[in-house]
Amino acid sequence: MTDQSASKLAGPAGLLKALFIRLGVLPFFLAAALIIFSLVSTQFLSMQNLTNVARQSVYLVLVSLGQMLVLISGGFDLAVGTAIAVTSVVSAMAMVALAAWMPDMVWVAILLGGLAGFGSALLIGALNGLGVAQFGVSPFIMTLGVQSVGAGIALFLTGGVPVSGLPFEFGNFFGFGRIFGVPVPVLFALVGIVVIWLLMNRTRFGAHLYAVGGNLKAANLSGVHTKRTLFLAYVACALLSSIAGVLMTARVESGETNLGGTIALESIAACVIAGVSLRGGIGRVENVVLGAFFITLLQNGMNMAQIGSYLQMILLGSLLILAVIFDQVRYRMLMGIR
Amino acid sequence: MAPLVEMTGITKEFTGVKALSGVDFRLEPGEVHVLFGENGAGKSTLISILSGVFRQTVGTLRIDGVEAELNSVHDAAARGIGTVFQEFSLVPTLRVFENMYLGREPRSGPFIDRGAMRDGARRVFTELGFDIDINRRVSDLSRAQQQMVEIGKALLARARVLILDEPTASLTEKETRKLFDFIVKAKADGVGIVYISHRIQEFAQIADRISVLRDGRLIGTVSARGTSERELVELMTGRSIDQIYPDISRTRDGATVMSLRNVQTWGVRGASIQVRAGEVLGVAGLVGSGKSRVWRGALGLQPLISGQISLKGRDVTGLPTRKLLRDGIFYLSPDRKNEGLQLMATARDNIALSLLDRPDVSRSLGFVSPGRIRQLSSEIGRRVDISPAYMKRAVVNLSGGNQQKVLFGKGFGQEREVYIFDEPTVGVDMGTRAALYRLIKEIAEAGKAVVLISSDLPEVMNLAHRLLVFSQGRISAELEGPSITEENVLKHFFTDAREPA
Repeated sequence: MTDQSASKLAGPAGLLKALFIRLGVLPFFLAAALIIFSLVSTQFLSMQNLTNVARQSVYLVLVSLGQMLVLISGGFDLAVGTAIAVTSVVSAMAMVALAAWMPDMVWVAILLGGLAGFGSALLIGALNGLGVAQFGVSPFIMTLGVQSVGAGIALFLTGGVPVSGLPFEFGNFFGFGRIFGVPVPVLFALVGIVVIWLLMNRTRFGAHLYAVGGNLKAANLSGVHTKRTLFLAYVACALLSSIAGVLMTARVESGETNLGGTIALESIAACVIAGVSLRGGIGRVENVVLGAFFITLLQNGMNMAQIGSYLQMILLGSLLILAVIFDQVRYRMLMGIR
Repeated sequence: MAPLVEMTGITKEFTGVKALSGVDFRLEPGEVHVLFGENGAGKSTLISILSGVFRQTVGTLRIDGVEAELNSVHDAAARGIGTVFQEFSLVPTLRVFENMYLGREPRSGPFIDRGAMRDGARRVFTELGFDIDINRRVSDLSRAQQQMVEIGKALLARARVLILDEPTASLTEKETRKLFDFIVKAKADGVGIVYISHRIQEFAQIADRISVLRDGRLIGTVSARGTSERELVELMTGRSIDQIYPDISRTRDGATVMSLRNVQTWGVRGASIQVRAGEVLGVAGLVGSGKSRVWRGALGLQPLISGQISLKGRDVTGLPTRKLLRDGIFYLSPDRKNEGLQLMATARDNIALSLLDRPDVSRSLGFVSPGRIRQLSSEIGRRVDISPAYMKRAVVNLSGGNQQKVLFGKGFGQEREVYIFDEPTVGVDMGTRAALYRLIKEIAEAGKAVVLISSDLPEVMNLAHRLLVFSQGRISAELEGPSITEENVLKHFFTDAREPA
């Protein structure tokens, strides 16, 4: 019905409206960014730069996928950055200690270290999920609180000093390695995208997550285990952030408490721009990937245009608010026309 | 043979309030058993227990003669109990077939089998004869179509006990006939059907037995054949019809106080209405017909697309809601919990909120006089018949009837010209209703204009001097005096042919 009523408007205006209702604001933002930045810098559209952006976007893509799960459930996760920081610190400390203890088995140390990082992020996700699903704490307060708790733990563990002395192989493979010419982090992201796509489109969990976010009461009346579904969304989000955390740690070759400081805002922006509804129930994996790519592209383009990082913060925040306003308009168009 | 369902001595208490006390209910295979009663009589609570939403406080529930404990909707579904809830259990953002299989998606390996879901959903609708595109999002469907999806969803589970809670409330006559055809077929297959409806005239067509509930008690179970409509209503209300609805005298040719010209807003495709002083203007129509939204549009509660509103001869089109209210309109929201009341505040504070603008409570520097407010709110409390003990209780702890009285009380804070009551007696018992109707009578007879929007047909038909019927976003009839008959009104519910979606 929405496309039909939109196509009643003749000409390009109607077409643009139909496109907006169907896909949201992302195509417009993407087109604008591509045009503006390619005018500012000739390097922008080069293959080399775009590949570079793809590699840089890996971390945000992974976190945004997690953020998308939580947004679709009708909440949001402000603690993704903390999950990254805790993962980074815990996995780095574990790796350093294990590598010293068994210098001959570096890969075992790396594996166990990574698992320690995942385990710590799992705890963060479980805490969020428990608060929101079981105790009905608002997602905003729960994840805000956990974000502070996690950041405090990370700082307490390290005293604020980066954890250095990581095994060389760790950074070499997970940070800079390539398989068949493809950077290892990109492979992780690709696998992550495929798995989350299948999860959301082909499994019961995905169907139930859309339902819980679309109408919690109806999902409950249909026999969906709503609490479990909500809980798992937060756990999965923390795990995806944790994978990004391990990859980022490998890239900077140290365990740092300040990794992922701005990623909560960036991931929410990526999702909202990609048409994930803040009211829950709506959102598509492929669009979110594109949304995360767009944010990275934007940052890359702004760097090329020599826009300072302070100004970039202003622009990114404004863009998020703008995207939410457009989302509001689109929601009214979706629900209002009848 | 044991009955399909046997409920004995069912009592249900919600923190301090007894919703059901000692109700017995039996459902035989191949029977249509109607539950009949007012809003708040306990019908919904009873079927909620049967469908696993609530647990009973006391009493036993047997299915096929075996005592059963239903802890969730899932449990009930597993035992073959399917429910079509009045509040839809559909997720608006999902597609039709996804909704129908929600919570029981078929799988192949770890993945859900979307092909099988589409086939199954299509088969159900073919069997029912309902024309629904299973790939559409539920938010794109009309309310009637959503109702059909809801029915299809319950059937998909191959239920042996089918609970239909007001299934025809938003169906057209044609769709209702299809539903009845289906019910007859299901009966022949031995399915037991619990049917809740306010439309007495439907019972003759499909019902076998009727159980009447009042104030949480079972008044009696009667055979559908040989019980007249009048008897049923008197069983339901416990009093004769004439006692409930007062006779309101009408000011002949009262001045037009408010007028709506060609109003278009969401769900309303153009309506012109004159509201006159000293008269009760009834507004009837199905849910989603626009009967409520036309007023919400006029009052600025939802965007006005086009049209003019005038109040006391002045053009007030597009003015913000607060100005319209200050200029003499009182609007009673149909949703007292979300829009009408501050639930955590006391009854007195809720009423006091409407007094703050009065000149006689103002002191210098913008202060208000608490003593004067206390005195005035007590007066209003007496007028709408709220006992003084209830005045200092948080509204959330009051019964639906008393909450509604508080909401009415907010209208007496200041002199108004136009009183718009949108579903004034939703979830209110008969005793309170009669009291609220007396208030409406007082207001109208004092020369004010009253607009009464209601889904309760007897209510609008008995109180209105002039009755507008809405259908598909337009006024389909304006009836007056003796031409206000049930047959006439119902006919106009469906007159406007449905647009292709």
